[in-house]
Amino acid sequence: MTARTRFCGGLLRISRALRTVALSLVTGCVFSVHASFGAVHGDNDTSHSSGHGTHTKTHNTTYPATRAFPVLTVNYDHVRKPFEISLWILLASLMKLGFHYIPRVSSVVPESCVLIVVGLLVGGLIRLLGETLPVLDTQLFFLCLLPPIILDAGYFLPTRPFTENLGTILVFAVVGTVWNSFFIGVVLYGVCQIEREQLAAVDLLACLLFGSIASAVDPVAVLAVFEEIHINELLHILVFGESLLNDAVTVVLYHLFEEFASEGQVTVVDACLGMVCFFVVAFGGILVGTVFGLVAAVTSRFTAHSRVIEPLFVFLYSYMAYLSAEVFHLSGIMALIACGVVMRPYVEANISHKSYTTVKNVLKMWSSVSETLIFIFLGVSTVAGPHSWNWAFVIITIFLCLISRVMGVVGLTFIINKFRMVKLTGKDQFIVAYGGLRGAIAFSLAFLLPSDHFPMKNMFLTAIITLIFFTVFVQGMTIRPLVDLLAVKKKKQTKFTINEEIHSQFINHMLSGIENVCGHYGHHHWRDKLSRFNKYYVKKWLIAGERSQEPQLISFYNKLELKQALLVAESGSAANIGPGLSSAALLSAQSQKQRTVMKNISKEREEEIRKILRANLQKTRQRLHSYNRHTLVLEEEDEWSTVQLRRQRVELEKRMTHYLTVSASGWDSPPVRRARFQSDSQEYMAKPSAPVSIPAINMELVSAPPGSLALLEEVTDQAQQSQDEGCGMHANSHEEKSMKPNVTFALELEKQKLSRCLSDPGPNKIEVEAEEKEHFLS
Amino acid sequence: MGSRASSLLREEDIEEIKKETGFSHSQITRLYSRFHSLDKGENGALSREDFQRIPELAINPLGDRIINAFFPEGEDQVNFRGFMRTLAHFRPVEDNEKNKDPSSGEPLNSRNNKLLFAFRLYDLDRDDKISRDELLQVLRMMVGVNISDEQLGSIADRTIQEADTNGDMSISFSEFIKVLEKVDVEQKMSIRFLH
Repeated sequence: MTARTRFCGGLLRISRALRTVALSLVTGCVFSVHASFGAVHGDNDTSHSSGHGTHTKTHNTTYPATRAFPVLTVNYDHVRKPFEISLWILLASLMKLGFHYIPRVSSVVPESCVLIVVGLLVGGLIRLLGETLPVLDTQLFFLCLLPPIILDAGYFLPTRPFTENLGTILVFAVVGTVWNSFFIGVVLYGVCQIEREQLAAVDLLACLLFGSIASAVDPVAVLAVFEEIHINELLHILVFGESLLNDAVTVVLYHLFEEFASEGQVTVVDACLGMVCFFVVAFGGILVGTVFGLVAAVTSRFTAHSRVIEPLFVFLYSYMAYLSAEVFHLSGIMALIACGVVMRPYVEANISHKSYTTVKNVLKMWSSVSETLIFIFLGVSTVAGPHSWNWAFVIITIFLCLISRVMGVVGLTFIINKFRMVKLTGKDQFIVAYGGLRGAIAFSLAFLLPSDHFPMKNMFLTAIITLIFFTVFVQGMTIRPLVDLLAVKKKKQTKFTINEEIHSQFINHMLSGIENVCGHYGHHHWRDKLSRFNKYYVKKWLIAGERSQEPQLISFYNKLELKQALLVAESGSAANIGPGLSSAALLSAQSQKQRTVMKNISKEREEEIRKILRANLQKTRQRLHSYNRHTLVLEEEDEWSTVQLRRQRVELEKRMTHYLTVSASGWDSPPVRRARFQSDSQEYMAKPSAPVSIPAINMELVSAPPGSLALLEEVTDQAQQSQDEGCGMHANSHEEKSMKPNVTFALELEKQKLSRCLSDPGPNKIEVEAEEKEHFLS
Repeated sequence: MGSRASSLLREEDIEEIKKETGFSHSQITRLYSRFHSLDKGENGALSREDFQRIPELAINPLGDRIINAFFPEGEDQVNFRGFMRTLAHFRPVEDNEKNKDPSSGEPLNSRNNKLLFAFRLYDLDRDDKISRDELLQVLRMMVGVNISDEQLGSIADRTIQEADTNGDMSISFSEFIKVLEKVDVEQKMSIRFLH
């Protein structure tokens, strides 16, 4: 019974998905058909569409004089381009939706394969309708589709494993790719020479060029497949890092061979220049990216007043970095990654919490759509592209790619293992070799080849497409069962516990110390140096306001983190501490309760304490739980904001009591008090609304003293009101309970107000304090 | 200077250290020259002041504890053997070592011994337990002066609560091992001593 209903339900879902797909396809095709007919009509339509208001003479004469007023007109050309683009994106997104409704398929076949198949189907459909197929325009690909994916990857790059394995990754990327290109190129040339009949025209340089195109591991394809198999961090970062970094090599080799192939002459000088070019391309790209990243960080320092456009800066600067690098034929991918990596810590300290969420979500969404579109277009282009099939060439290419990859990986690992602490095992090597997937970048590069210099371009294209299909389908589909079969270590599922965090930091410090004793300038030493440099020099310039002077704000922040953690724990354990307890007693009572409620460790509390540690333990390491596009890290936005509100409420109460008690008892020493707060206000005067990652909630500060006085009155008024309303707040002390404000303030805003009120030098000084005293004590 | 340093180290000594710690010949000579350069008093042993002269160690929050770890119980001088013995804990674990004879005892750089070294840095009074106070001290050293005591106390409580399985409000060595079972200690606690 249930099986039957399940079957029907599944069938229903599939049919629904297919229906929507078919509908969109048909609409798209209908419109494109109409568009083609419209194009055929030529002059009339274009002049009609180019301006509704302007009627030229010729236009007038072609239309009959007696023509009823058109109530409903169809004018497709007008919106054709955007319409088609939107339709494609819609199709891609619907595919993504539909993919997950077919359970059997999604567990066996990686998404990229399904998307290529869909692309093939769509391409076939369009061809059946006799339409011109949209080809994966290289311009479109490199300028629109690729950057979001790379930015997403670079921004969320787990820097720690990346830097730890940087040497290995670089060796694989640079040496491995060069080896691949030359091996494939040379052997292919040999084969072509042997196979005299059809392939004799293919000369060495063309073969080398083909080799360089075919050897590049593609980040898009790797991401798409590896994200789903959840292998351990090390392997993931090795393959992925290699795919990112080999872009520089690919760019250089491609341009190099292209130049040589057109000129036909290679000298030793040229070869040396080629090597120099490589360094220029790689480091130039990184430099451009770093510069843009720093500018973005500086810009984000000043965005306090326009929080809404903060994400835009992140995207724009990154994109500009990419484009600027492309202008000089530097490696755009490396520029983009450098920009993201450099920008991230500072921008995140500066922008608001909401903007950060926006950035993250938009990046993931964009890159997801891009990836889908790329694969679909690959399928469509396969149907479209002029093909010239040559059995020998294609089969040899695939064979050679596999062989050279395996040889490259094994050989390089042998050398690398001498320098690594954790050696790469045979299993690791296999996965690295097997995970070298080719993708759309190779296709686009092949497509870019000028046909006049390369008469065999179609053959190359066909071979590349076949190679891509082979790697994505065969390797992509089989890698998951192979990973299970070989029992490769999977990604560790659990989050770090507090213990792990503390002890890991402890061990890091210990290792730094031991390294210093040995006089060994190792990994820890440089990391220490970098973080110290960062702390003392860079952060001052790049992080706005108080965040750069960490001590005060951090301590304040963390005090509240803790209070909030306590509150959450309190509400979680559903026991109300009576109002008479002081905060210290509360803490001890809380800790006692903690011991009894041992196993109920709420997620939020863990997050709190982890945040304290992360912010304060002297090495700040950014540890990301996942940057898997398919499963976003759950941020618990809503709980966070309510928890923040509660925290701020507590904070406000605390400050109220503090000033209450101080003003009541310390009345005889106002100058001291004023002096202390004077120093506080000095900082805050300069930057009125300093950003903190708490969502800043809205009371704008009026700068004049009477204004602040008014605000203070307002605060106390509302406090009185809420007392009447009687909201249920866990309070720490009697006075606090008597004023439970219903409004929430931004942290620093509140601090400023009170400090300014109390410390403001001016004629109303005495009145301020008198007023305040009056209010509070009444 | 280097050759003079190594001439003070006799071949038998090198062999013994090699057997005890597993370092290679070149590593031992290189570390000996380092030992020698630290040893300003030229008396063949290092004192605490010699260690404190290392600049980065002074900035390290755990600097003092690390220095103390080199000195055996109650002594003020550490000779080269002791120096190497301590450093041996940080040698990378090699796969082929697992096949060596188990009768020679656990090598100094095994995972267990690495963790024991770290544990001893926490546990100053050597009672084989990390008490709340000891944890607090370490936290305070690592975090700096910015955090309040009560906050730190709460973190310490939470840490002990997470790790403590037998309810004695302190972390024993076995609990310590268990808590760190997912951490890749072999890699984290290894230094690549170049050949």
